Amino acid sequence: MASDQPLLEVRCLVKHFPLKKDLIGRGGGVVRAVDGISFEVREGETLGVVGESGCGKSTTARLLMHLINPDQGEMVFDGAVVGSSDMPIKRFRRQAQMVFQDSYASLNPRLTIEDSIAFAPQVHGLPHKESIARARDLLARVGLEPRRFAERYPHELSGGQRQRVNIARALALQPRMIILDEAVSALDKSVEAQVLNLLLDLKDEFNLTYIFISHDLNVVRFMSDRVMVMYLGEVVEIGDSESLFQAPLHPYTRALLSSIPSMDPDQRTEFPPLQGDPPNPINPPAGCRFHTRCADAESVCSQRLPKLVSQSHNHSAACLMLEADSGHRKARHLLSQ
Amino acid sequence: MLFFLIRRVIYTLPIMLGVAMVCFALVHLAPGDPLVSILPADASQEMQEQMRKLYGFDRSYPEQFASWIWRALQGDLGTSIASSRSVSTEVMKAVGNTLRLAAMATLIGFIFGCLFGFVAGYFQNSWVDKAASLTAVLGVSVPHYWLGMVLVIVFSSILMWLPASGAGPGGSDVWAWNWEHIKHMLLPALTMSVIPMGIIARTVRALVAEILAQEFVVGLRAKGLTDLGVFLHVVKNSAPTALAVMGLQLGYLLGGSILIETVFAWPGTGFLLNSAIFQRDLPLLQGTILVLATFFVLLNLVVDVIQTLLDPRISRS
Amino acid sequence: MNLLRVQSDASKVMALPYDRTPGYWQTVGQRLLRDKVAIVAALVILLLLLLALFGGMLTPSDPYKTSMLSRLKPIGTANFPLGTDELGRDMLSRLMVGARLSLFMGITPVILAFIIGSAVGITAGYAGGYVNSLIMRTIDVFYAFPSVLLAIALSGALGAGITNSLISLTVVFIPPIARVAESVTTQIRGRDFVDAARASGAGAFTIVRVHVLGNVLGPIFVYATSLIAVAMILASGLSFLGLGVKPPEPEWGLMLNTLRTAIYSQPWIAALPGVMIFITSIAFNLLSDGLRSAMEIKG
Repeated sequence: MASDQPLLEVRCLVKHFPLKKDLIGRGGGVVRAVDGISFEVREGETLGVVGESGCGKSTTARLLMHLINPDQGEMVFDGAVVGSSDMPIKRFRRQAQMVFQDSYASLNPRLTIEDSIAFAPQVHGLPHKESIARARDLLARVGLEPRRFAERYPHELSGGQRQRVNIARALALQPRMIILDEAVSALDKSVEAQVLNLLLDLKDEFNLTYIFISHDLNVVRFMSDRVMVMYLGEVVEIGDSESLFQAPLHPYTRALLSSIPSMDPDQRTEFPPLQGDPPNPINPPAGCRFHTRCADAESVCSQRLPKLVSQSHNHSAACLMLEADSGHRKARHLLSQ
Repeated sequence: MLFFLIRRVIYTLPIMLGVAMVCFALVHLAPGDPLVSILPADASQEMQEQMRKLYGFDRSYPEQFASWIWRALQGDLGTSIASSRSVSTEVMKAVGNTLRLAAMATLIGFIFGCLFGFVAGYFQNSWVDKAASLTAVLGVSVPHYWLGMVLVIVFSSILMWLPASGAGPGGSDVWAWNWEHIKHMLLPALTMSVIPMGIIARTVRALVAEILAQEFVVGLRAKGLTDLGVFLHVVKNSAPTALAVMGLQLGYLLGGSILIETVFAWPGTGFLLNSAIFQRDLPLLQGTILVLATFFVLLNLVVDVIQTLLDPRISRS
Repeated sequence: MNLLRVQSDASKVMALPYDRTPGYWQTVGQRLLRDKVAIVAALVILLLLLLALFGGMLTPSDPYKTSMLSRLKPIGTANFPLGTDELGRDMLSRLMVGARLSLFMGITPVILAFIIGSAVGITAGYAGGYVNSLIMRTIDVFYAFPSVLLAIALSGALGAGITNSLISLTVVFIPPIARVAESVTTQIRGRDFVDAARASGAGAFTIVRVHVLGNVLGPIFVYATSLIAVAMILASGLSFLGLGVKPPEPEWGLMLNTLRTAIYSQPWIAALPGVMIFITSIAFNLLSDGLRSAMEIKG
């Protein structure tokens, strides 16, 4: 059945960025931004993606949109491999769109708002008049009165208004999926709330699927049905939003969640949940990449790479403590099951 | 650091090769038979063949290029068709003369340029700034060969203080740093200094204004740094760029001195170039352009290296 | 900001004049109009252009007519308000008609170099990677020559004459313009809105046309205008050396050359053509500076 097939399936996506040597011969090496991630997105859901800076979230977003080409791996959208003759890239672009973090940089300062929004439909063949009409219609849907905003320029709008424009632009091709890369991170809290509510309304109205990337855990919890946690280019945990937030499996997720400041003075954390600085994606630690900061790390953690293991329906994590035959002390109790 | 220098030099090699190729191509673009200037019109076929062989004009272009480059690397740039003297000797002598002139001009330009630029940047938007900036614009806009003529009119013809042309007693071969010679150098050097002065003034003004406007300068003042301290700080931060611009200007003057040298009959490379062009003296032309371009490239290299050494930001990025 | 608020009824909402603000170029124009220095410079240039176009019809005497008897007559002579040159021709007329060739030789190479240099630079900037390296390294080789040297060498190689000079000057100005074009294009290329345009499925040509050109041509154009004064001086310089315009055509640089012998007898006449070059050069530089200031607006 169509509803069983995920809308998007990502298989072993890899992207490394080689570093140039400078004139003196320093540098070199490779940034392993995304190192073999696989996940699914089901139609109609919101998949949240969280992680620290440098974990590969933005690179993943750009890989999904095919703005950069993966070194390995493939994507399957609606059952067809993206880039193949069944789903050429141009057709894929009509199905998936993106909203970027920097609302100002994502708009051409020389084009009016309506021209920016109307650009994509025109590229795909819609005549100019109708593209403009659609642009104005979308402006109204995102809460910006066309009379006031259509012929303005980006620099005349506030950050929140610009993000609404970016959302309208993403909707212009009537896509099925929208990737939101830190779309509300640069906004003030009150504006952020409005934009988030707008996103939820639009999702219902247009039957959209969202991939919501953010470093703000509260926002991700609010928006997402499922959540994926990334660390240094790998997926460390993925599962139902509530299940993940209430019973996180991976030590990194637990550390992240405990770092959310709480309003309850009794829930003060006395020890910093994470030790050390995030390691360098250029030379990631051997074995489990998190072991250098993990309170439960043992020698086996630097030798073996953990795989994603499901704990329950719809909740998996990649940790040697969850793999029965890993050799980790905490995993031994699993052997008896 | 040595590693860096070696790499930087290596990067220059392909450019030099390209320059040599362009040099060669330029000269051989010229229509017309290069031998026309040496041989009388009624020279026999045999004579023509002999001369052709002698100068290598009978071989294919790539061959000519290769052998020219090979010999150039050993210091032999061929023989001038017009004067029958070694091109290398002629060019080197002329380069010496031009270098003297260009160096003097750059120095004058640098000193006055920095002066004007500094004053303009420090007292931004005051009448001092406007006056200095205006002088800079004038400096950049003036056709320097015309300025040379005007200076000759004023100082030679009317006032009769300074000579109008030449490089002093002894012509192009002898040079001494005495008044007899320097008085010949004053007018051309002054003329040549005007454009670098304008450019350096503009650059320094922009630099100084930018540095003074940065917030950390305000912070420094707030910490009690005296005016002298701020001044030295500005100097320290603007020096690398100012010096770099000066170096580049020197390069331009070296290459572009032909116009002034023509006006003042200064026996430098420009003058040589001029006669080479009009006499269609191919070996001389090729050799002169190559040497000038090489100087320019090397100068750029030196400026780059010094700038890197002086500016810690660049060397660490 | 101009707000056009018109009463209307709801059914006409889509057709109404919308809130509008001046576009980028209108803003630049407004700022320019407030810059007095730039206005004066522009007027001077306009005057010179008119002279170039119509000067031939307005000259008091025939600029080509020589007269051995009236050689080097001083300024203020009866029929020759600015004197005569070494062949007895009226200076005023020659200066007026000289505007045509001098301006033409200065402006045309810059226009041609603007077109070619922009095309090359934008291509290199947008393409990136190997294409960029290839193009820019080639440009670097030409950049390794000081411009005066290159112009003279090329002119010397090709021979004297207007066409050859135009060719050599255009070649000299292509590298700097291409460099600026590549640099600006690379900056724009890295901005998110270009990525967003790519994400829309647009092809490279469309993206360059709609998104890149509008943001890039402005700065390149301003840079090109700053080169006009240099081009003029260089063009006249070529004629001064005997490599450009050939006699008896009136061109300011050439006139300076032929009048050199008159420095001692009629110094002020000999200096006149240079004054014209100087004035034109100042005007173009001031206008270009004004344009640059006017364009330094955010957004």
